[in-house]
Amino acid sequence: MSVLVYAEHDNAALNKVTLSVVAAAKEIGGDITVLVAGKGCGAVAEEAAKIDGVSKVLCADNDAYEHQLAENIGDLVAEVGADYSHILAAATTTGKNFAPRAAALLDVAQISEISDVVDADTFKRPIYAGNAIATVKCGDAKKVITVRGTSFDGVAAEGGSASVENLDVVKDAGISSFVGEELAKSDRPELTSAEIVISGGRGMGNGENFEILYKLADKLGAGVGASRAAVDAGFVPNDMQVGQTGKIVAPNLYVAVGISGAIQHLAGMKDSKVIVAINKDEEAPIFQVADYGLVADLFEAVPELDGKL
Amino acid sequence: MKVLVPIKRVVDYNVKVRVKADNTGVDLANVKMAMNPFCEIAVEEAVRLKEKGVVTEIVAVSIGPKTAQEQLRTAMALGADRSILVETDEDVQPLGIAKALKAIVDEEKPELVILGKQAIDGDNNQTGQMLAALTGMPQGTFASEVDVADGKVKVTREIDGGLQTVELNLPAVVTTDLRLNEPRYASLPNIMKAKKKPLDTKTAADLGVDLTPRVTTVSVEAPAERQAGIIVGSVDELVEKLKNEAKVI
Repeated sequence: MSVLVYAEHDNAALNKVTLSVVAAAKEIGGDITVLVAGKGCGAVAEEAAKIDGVSKVLCADNDAYEHQLAENIGDLVAEVGADYSHILAAATTTGKNFAPRAAALLDVAQISEISDVVDADTFKRPIYAGNAIATVKCGDAKKVITVRGTSFDGVAAEGGSASVENLDVVKDAGISSFVGEELAKSDRPELTSAEIVISGGRGMGNGENFEILYKLADKLGAGVGASRAAVDAGFVPNDMQVGQTGKIVAPNLYVAVGISGAIQHLAGMKDSKVIVAINKDEEAPIFQVADYGLVADLFEAVPELDGKL
Repeated sequence: MKVLVPIKRVVDYNVKVRVKADNTGVDLANVKMAMNPFCEIAVEEAVRLKEKGVVTEIVAVSIGPKTAQEQLRTAMALGADRSILVETDEDVQPLGIAKALKAIVDEEKPELVILGKQAIDGDNNQTGQMLAALTGMPQGTFASEVDVADGKVKVTREIDGGLQTVELNLPAVVTTDLRLNEPRYASLPNIMKAKKKPLDTKTAADLGVDLTPRVTTVSVEAPAERQAGIIVGSVDELVEKLKNEAKVI
């Protein structure tokens, strides 16, 4: 067995989720090779070479890979992946974009967002928005898999000493191009990797009121999320959304503020280690999953909490 | 131009599904079925493009059981001109569906295929990407904005860090995210009219594709239930519990 792990990065640094994908690869077994594709991504390849358990790093550095366009990355992964029994990527918007494309090119199934490795052919994955967990077995010779990062504890970022090999495979389909991007600028930790996440819901009332959450988050080094209701109401941008249609998080501490706890929201955070709910409605379903519930007006409770930490 | 909109019949999104006692799957007996919400968004986007004069014909297609006709009728009530059902009782999986759709694309030659980013039953999020790969088309996944002009389509995509815009040559595949639009409801006169619109039925054999599942479900279990904890009386008590009991701050 041999596993190819696709590295998630921004051409400058490796995204921590890659460490979780390597952890899933270790559970499958066999040699682990990491593929770094990007532009000017040499530093990322050096970083990947230090990951514990990685035996080789392949670096495909070319203009065609700068923006992770699925047309080019799909072709690259299908070609490089031909030599491996398993191809793993993170279940991020990048991984979800190219992995099915690569799988179809290889004429194999793709297994989405696995949360557990049973054996080299058998995996667990959530279906129906996490309301059921399916154990699935894939009979294809090659397995193309996306991995839910929060379900696997990342391996150590240091300790390995893999060799880095430059790949001169250039796949430029020439049918798509990058126009631009608007990335949310934030000094706070990224939601899916934050140790603490504080999320606000419709109860926040408006976008300005999120300031009290930002203030508390900065004190705790936390990321700030939101329910879909808060996003739909226009309080905050969509990339802050936690839930079935947003980000899946599993921090050590999740603080739900003014969130009622719709099933779609719970699907995105119920694997958090400790859940705190602050809501003035004692009937709110969020209290049924919270380890600690506080029935209180959030506009009094949050500043008070901030003051006492 | 012609747009193809593949749709899927799934359990209604308001239904709380239960795992069967024998762990073979979820219980779908007597459960309300509906068009997958992301597919509704795809139909709506196609209809809006037609209203803008960009699109001239909308063809809805579904790969699934005979009952999926209901969802195709819904798509036609919303504005699709005609539809195709590839009827199968197989447990259809993304690669098989993508192959069947490729065969339809080869026949229909649409310039744009718009479909939901994922179905809310299997949560796979694969079919659009696989269809794009098999047809050699570019893909604009997780779209929150679609703009067709000058033989290209510009797609704004919802990505983890924010938004990304890509430009794709036509023909192209676009998969819809939630914020692309808010689907309309079908009016009664349109529901009546939809009954007269053409609905072709084909089989996988007609298309020459193999829908045999590649992945088998060994078992399905309910997720671990989270136990409700305690209600604390004050912020002080909360801080004390978080520090000394949970030890998370």
